[in-house]
Amino acid sequence: MNNNRKQKAQSRRELIKGVAGVALLGPSAITAFPSVMAQTPKVLRYLGTAVNQSPDIARKVKEDTGITLEYIPVTTDDVTRRVITQPNSYDVVDTEYFSLRKLVPSGNLLAMDGNKIKNFNKITPVFTKGELPSGTKIGDQGTAPKKVMFLEAENATKFANSPTQWATLIPTTYNADTLGIRPDLIKRPIGHWKELLNPEFKGKAAILNIPSIGIMDAAMVVESMGEYKYPDKGNMTKAEIDRTMKVLTEAKKSGQFRAFWKDFNESVNLMASGETVIQSMWSPAVTAVKSKGIACVYQPLAEGYRAWAAGFALSKGIKGTPKADLAYEFVNWFLDGWAGAYLNRQGYYSAVLETAKANMEPYEWAFWMEGKPAEKDIKAPDGTLLEKAGATRDGGSYDQRMGAVACWNAVMDENDYMVRKWNEFIAA
Amino acid sequence: MTDKGMPAWAQALPLAAVFVVFFVVPLLLTVMVSFWNYNEYEILPDFTLRNYLEAFEGCGRRLWSAPPELCTTLKTYLTTLRICGMVWLITLLLGFAIAYFLAFHVRSLTMQIVLFLVCTIPFWTSNVIRMISWIPLLGRNGLINQTLQKLHLVEHPVEWLLFSDFAVVLAFVHLYTLFMIVPIFNSMMRIDRALLEAARDAGASGWQTLTNVVVPLSKPGIAIGSIFVLTIVMGDFVTIGVMGGQQIASVGKMINTQMGALQFPPAAAHAVILLGTVLIIIWALTRLIDIRKEL
Repeated sequence: MNNNRKQKAQSRRELIKGVAGVALLGPSAITAFPSVMAQTPKVLRYLGTAVNQSPDIARKVKEDTGITLEYIPVTTDDVTRRVITQPNSYDVVDTEYFSLRKLVPSGNLLAMDGNKIKNFNKITPVFTKGELPSGTKIGDQGTAPKKVMFLEAENATKFANSPTQWATLIPTTYNADTLGIRPDLIKRPIGHWKELLNPEFKGKAAILNIPSIGIMDAAMVVESMGEYKYPDKGNMTKAEIDRTMKVLTEAKKSGQFRAFWKDFNESVNLMASGETVIQSMWSPAVTAVKSKGIACVYQPLAEGYRAWAAGFALSKGIKGTPKADLAYEFVNWFLDGWAGAYLNRQGYYSAVLETAKANMEPYEWAFWMEGKPAEKDIKAPDGTLLEKAGATRDGGSYDQRMGAVACWNAVMDENDYMVRKWNEFIAA
Repeated sequence: MTDKGMPAWAQALPLAAVFVVFFVVPLLLTVMVSFWNYNEYEILPDFTLRNYLEAFEGCGRRLWSAPPELCTTLKTYLTTLRICGMVWLITLLLGFAIAYFLAFHVRSLTMQIVLFLVCTIPFWTSNVIRMISWIPLLGRNGLINQTLQKLHLVEHPVEWLLFSDFAVVLAFVHLYTLFMIVPIFNSMMRIDRALLEAARDAGASGWQTLTNVVVPLSKPGIAIGSIFVLTIVMGDFVTIGVMGGQQIASVGKMINTQMGALQFPPAAAHAVILLGTVLIIIWALTRLIDIRKEL
């Protein structure tokens, strides 16, 4: 009898936990649940976009450290929104460097202490100095990570100009983005960004409908057309915004675009169905199209790449609590190699190259990072075939791709004006 | 009214409380925030007309320039209203016809219920799946285009099937005709059948019976259905976004973009303007049809 009652009580608690978990998944979840979570040992609430929240990583973390990751998957915009409006609704946030110019002044993030990060000094100089491991400088237009990577002090809301002990984000993953094309439908080499607005592809092009990223792709096109050279594509003046939007608007009016996309799956569908043959794209989307057996190339272009980077930050809500130690344990695990190898195998890049390399087969490393032809079939982490033996990675090696970065995703000083102009463009 | 049981106000209290907490309060907050200022990461308590002025930035100047041009806000509202108008007209005609069929031609209650359930089929799948599955049907290499090309009716794929006004209207009609059917059907079921017989006995043709008896008596249903459809379509941005390939502006999308950029005050201002517009439309509708009197 007694036993029975206990069981009932337990199952009710489980039910409540389940409901709380479901509520957290919802877009409008509120902050009323931490007390329920606090009773459960070794749990981290991980806020980020669904793309980065892999069940494999959650399983492996649990196995290695006993930490249970509770994913809170939302869109890129919502990550920023939640950090600013509900800083207590998560423990660890996975966000992009360009958001930091909004997030850090809000004071809602906890700076991370480099001394507690085992591999802190092994983080690739792409983040710390804006250069390749070989010392080659890479493009730093826009919100390049080195500009926002460090804080002057733990509680500072200003960025430091040179490396300090206090990091805003501990980098997880980054990549160089370019245009995706359907070589089977285009049937000729594509070498420049300006091809996106080439009338040859009228009604078959697409661009990203995320204003801050879309306008940078447009700026790459404008420069490629030889119309204008921006001092900083990631921080345009009002006149430069007007000029860029004018080019886009004219293209839209003449029917150049088949659609704009905002969501990863939309971009995959557009390309796989042949609705578009050239469009701004993300690397895993190209992989997704390829894995359907459809030819798709992540085309390297003469003007270079638009890069982005993401990393972990802690919520100020966990300062001084055991959760903070847990978060450091998790971040240290993340840089330890298994996760890095996992990301590298998806076509992203990991923050600590050395540890990731130790977790990859030599032939995998040669294909993904050194741009060499695959010795064996290349498989995704879930076992699906990505490339047959003999294929090489689009764009080549790490140094070739990251070395050709022209600009980084950014939030402009004139962001407010830019968003209004973007709405005008959509209405045109 | 009996003196036993709960007083009337107590019965209305729960719903009223829900309305106050979840509707009136957020609405007032929205109105308040629409007058606030903001920066990159904060909203700043203030009283400024900035958000409203920026919403209508250049509207006057551009309208009187040669050639006259519409500003973003007016253009967006016009697009939204145009789509809204088309959807309203089509759902009204379809909804009325289907409701008429269900109410006057289908005699058995079981059959009526079965056919009603059939009308709800579009709601059986999630919004996302429904949206995505339009592509293989309407797309450039979709089912319809393949069929048309095989039958040699067209040589090149028809492009306007997807990511166009047509696609948007189609998706809306597909979803929201039901919201027209239900209230109109409800009104029609209340029509005394003797009236129809009387009309026929008095020598009215089928068409005359329809226009002089059925339509006037279905007015409350038509009005309620119209309010449903108009308010949903005016505020929608997901359907317009997906089916229009994000290339067709809608008021909802504009607000969504601003929210994405953390510009809550201008988003709130646009929301207030949208609310005002929808209220005017509903007010105009109730001028035409006195719902309370007709019920």
